[in-house]
Amino acid sequence: MTLSFNLLVAACLVYVALLFAVAFLAERRAEAGRLGVLRSPLVYTLSLSIYCTAWTFYGAVGYAARSGLEFVTIYLGPTLVIVGWWAFLRKLVRIGRTQRITSIADLISSRYGKSSLLGMLVTLLAVVGTTPYIALQLQSVTLSFSVFTGAAQGAEGAGSLGATALWVAAGLTLFTIVFGTRNLDVNERHHGVVTAIALEAVVKLVALLAVGIFVVWGVAGGPVGIHAMIEASPIADWQMEQGRWVTLTALAGAAFVCLPRMFQVTVVENSDEKHLATASWAFPLYLFLMSLFVVPIAVVGLAVLPEGANPDLFVLTVPLAFRQEGLAMLAFLGGFSSATSMVIVAAIALSTMVSNHIVMPIWLSARRGEATLSGDVRDVVLLSRRLSIAAVLGLGYLYFRMSGGGEALAAIGLIAFVGLAQVLPALIGGLYWRGATRMGAAAGLTLGFAVWVYSLLLPSFGPGAALPVSVLTEGPFGIGWLRAQALFGIAGLDPVVHAALWSLGLNALAFVGASLLSFPGPLERLQGAEFVNVFRHSAGARGWSPTAVEAEDLLMMTQRILGAAEAQALFQAAARGQGKEGYLPDVTSDFLERLERELAGSVGAATAHAMLGQITGGGAVSVEELMRVADETAQMMEYSNQLEAKSEELGRTARQLREANDKLTQLSIQKDAFLSQISHELRTPMTSIRAFSEILRDDPGMAAADRARYSGIIHDETRRLTRLLDDLLDLSVLENGQVTLHESLVSLSEVLDRAVAAAQSREGRLRIERRAEGERVMLLTDPDRLAQVFINLISNSEKYCTADQPVLRISVSRGAEGVSVDFTDNGAGIPPASQSVIFEKFSRLGDTRAAGGAGLGLAICREITARLGGRIAYLPGQGGAAFRVSLPLRLARAAE
Amino acid sequence: MVKRVLLIEDEPNIIEAVRYILTREGWAVDTHANGATALDAVARRRPDVIVLDAMLPNRSGFDILRDLRADAGLAAIPVLMLTARGQRADREMAERLGADRFMTKPFANAEVLACLRDLAGLGAG
Repeated sequence: MTLSFNLLVAACLVYVALLFAVAFLAERRAEAGRLGVLRSPLVYTLSLSIYCTAWTFYGAVGYAARSGLEFVTIYLGPTLVIVGWWAFLRKLVRIGRTQRITSIADLISSRYGKSSLLGMLVTLLAVVGTTPYIALQLQSVTLSFSVFTGAAQGAEGAGSLGATALWVAAGLTLFTIVFGTRNLDVNERHHGVVTAIALEAVVKLVALLAVGIFVVWGVAGGPVGIHAMIEASPIADWQMEQGRWVTLTALAGAAFVCLPRMFQVTVVENSDEKHLATASWAFPLYLFLMSLFVVPIAVVGLAVLPEGANPDLFVLTVPLAFRQEGLAMLAFLGGFSSATSMVIVAAIALSTMVSNHIVMPIWLSARRGEATLSGDVRDVVLLSRRLSIAAVLGLGYLYFRMSGGGEALAAIGLIAFVGLAQVLPALIGGLYWRGATRMGAAAGLTLGFAVWVYSLLLPSFGPGAALPVSVLTEGPFGIGWLRAQALFGIAGLDPVVHAALWSLGLNALAFVGASLLSFPGPLERLQGAEFVNVFRHSAGARGWSPTAVEAEDLLMMTQRILGAAEAQALFQAAARGQGKEGYLPDVTSDFLERLERELAGSVGAATAHAMLGQITGGGAVSVEELMRVADETAQMMEYSNQLEAKSEELGRTARQLREANDKLTQLSIQKDAFLSQISHELRTPMTSIRAFSEILRDDPGMAAADRARYSGIIHDETRRLTRLLDDLLDLSVLENGQVTLHESLVSLSEVLDRAVAAAQSREGRLRIERRAEGERVMLLTDPDRLAQVFINLISNSEKYCTADQPVLRISVSRGAEGVSVDFTDNGAGIPPASQSVIFEKFSRLGDTRAAGGAGLGLAICREITARLGGRIAYLPGQGGAAFRVSLPLRLARAAE
Repeated sequence: MVKRVLLIEDEPNIIEAVRYILTREGWAVDTHANGATALDAVARRRPDVIVLDAMLPNRSGFDILRDLRADAGLAAIPVLMLTARGQRADREMAERLGADRFMTKPFANAEVLACLRDLAGLGAG
């Protein structure tokens, strides 16, 4: 062991300086817009290799030396995911881009209605799960240092080793802060970091291959020799445990998706979806090469090194045993690369989560009410990111110092895998199941997290360290079926398999159960649809027909919205990106998509889409689009705290709008005229709501009286919208025959009493004349529905009766077939030409606004009376407007 | 120079909103709610731009637009047509009858403003 500590430190410093330089140059290129190689799919693939941490670099050999081929599961999982679950990853990446997702916590929070609680929960899980992992990296670097400096240096060496970890942590903090928080790009991409990571990926691969080649050809004398050695070694005798293999493979696959750092490189840093295609073969190849020489190195290490040598360090100690200092140095740098790249990306991912989901919400709520200017917030975000990075690395360092090392590397890695896999049910459910709710996600995550902590994390500190020994042997308070590693009395399982099965099983169960039992809020439903149907939505966005549009028209439109300078800059940049001079890029579908996103920032996504749709000639605006506008308006109002109540109201309305649409679609009553009527009736109140919401948003300094007036208008229009939707839903239910009647024996006079009371409570000059004697009839009918019909007729009279002293006469007569109830007023009546259409939908006569309804009332009355077995008709020639409701006399039958 | 817009629309809340938005930006806003007399209102007020709703009481916005374009004295006034029906047919009809712009309700305030600025020749502001 002749390499001096100082030389090693010097090598590290030179290497780190190289990384800084590479990252710096990459950032410069990215800023200049010359991405070139940086956008290569290979860089993307290489950046995925942060999956291979020091655990993989050093630990896999140790793993193989202890447990034979089981280490393969760690590579098998991600390989299966990236090859077999290609569609899932693509969906994840697409959602990441369209929703501007910044982390896995953001994804979960955003999917479940932008829930801040879920964001916090996943962040917490990620921090708890990742801290030991970061500690592990620090430990591996320190351990590898110790191999070179040796125990010979005694106390002095140990002291400097503790310091080594501190220096490494500090250096990594600096690097991460410098390159991880350079700018607050909306896309959260870090070209410098990714390029440096890609370089490190190459270094660690080359290092491991070099050691492997040396071992096979330099020590064992070629493939034949190494084969003989493997046959002779104890590794060949290891049996595979099926349950453990399957579990570990599944866990590794889940980790590949759920680990915060993996999510960061796979989804957040992805600049082009097509890169996934390359990665789907190149990354498995990378993993294959990384694993190729693991067994040979382990076998040779077991053979040539003294009994008790740490197999986790074979990658270093085997070359050193053969006095190959140069090779050992390369291996050391490989391990160093593995550790540092993991720590850097994990710190970026975690700091984004901690900052966005914990620090910023607290800061914002602490400053509630004060003006938050954008520049102001920006600085705070940067500061909080930087502090979070320091805190994350500080935690890792603390954990390292306190745990004191010594734990086998693979164990910590697996524990973290199980912990982060808890996100999986909420993640997969969120992407494929619209019924998944925030309650479900919260229940699943909490339960899974708790079971994981109890059955795996706490016991991992050793018996008696975090959990009393009795909890493991007898269960808490002596409850046997709650023993931490034998839940529900199922003992004898491997602890990792046990914890994984129970935590994930209960997690998934709680997730599905609570989802089924709870009802999603409007924003959740919207986000659910956006996530689950991401390809359908963006297919629309991609569906622009580029040929029809002139770039100049687009520029003119964009200038009007964004302002001249910004629009020109945007177009110029796009043109330059296509290698063109001037301000007019080719109108590609990519460009249109980008433009839509930019415009969405100013006018909202749905409007931006509609505007581009109009200009590119893809015209028709559907009810669905209207719903998106409604949701957008609701969200806009959500940010204005004076309007919270209104926004809730509008959110509810948007939900009803969606239900109405579902019903209408089912009902195939989509005759064009009807739809266009509905569209008109819905859009008119929406227009006022939207316009005034924008006014309230844009003019914060408005006088209180105006503000109150305008929110009053929003309120009224929202109620109008709600009424209309109620009617529509009611009507569609009736027409569809889905209505359940609640029949009972009631007296007609009671029903009339109720109706008159309800209709007249709205202030009114209408006088109602009734004759008591005729009304003493018992009916077997649905009293609520019947009252609804009467209320409608009375309030119609109230609204439309033109007499100076309006009077409505209600008279009841009995005939052979049944009972007739006549409603006759003293107004002008309905002209003969209109009498045939009044029962049609939207057949409102005269001035539209005076009615206050959408013209569905009589249509609903007709449907109800039909369901009740009767009919409603207009009675001409009665002096005023007259309606007759005929009901069957089913009393006799009921009495029998 | 203050530009004048005539808003032909019958929904009072929408009138109020549009009036607010435009007045804030320095426009002079006149309104008219009856379809039957809308053309007279145009002739009387001679606005720089017209915002015309498609569905008006007594007379449809499309009919008004057709007559407007047929009237030599008024034909040059730019028209922004608004509709709440959101049908492709409406849009095509408006274009055929000579509307300069066409917009579906609900609109973004910024969009209406930008469009009117453009029609009045105020350029990008």
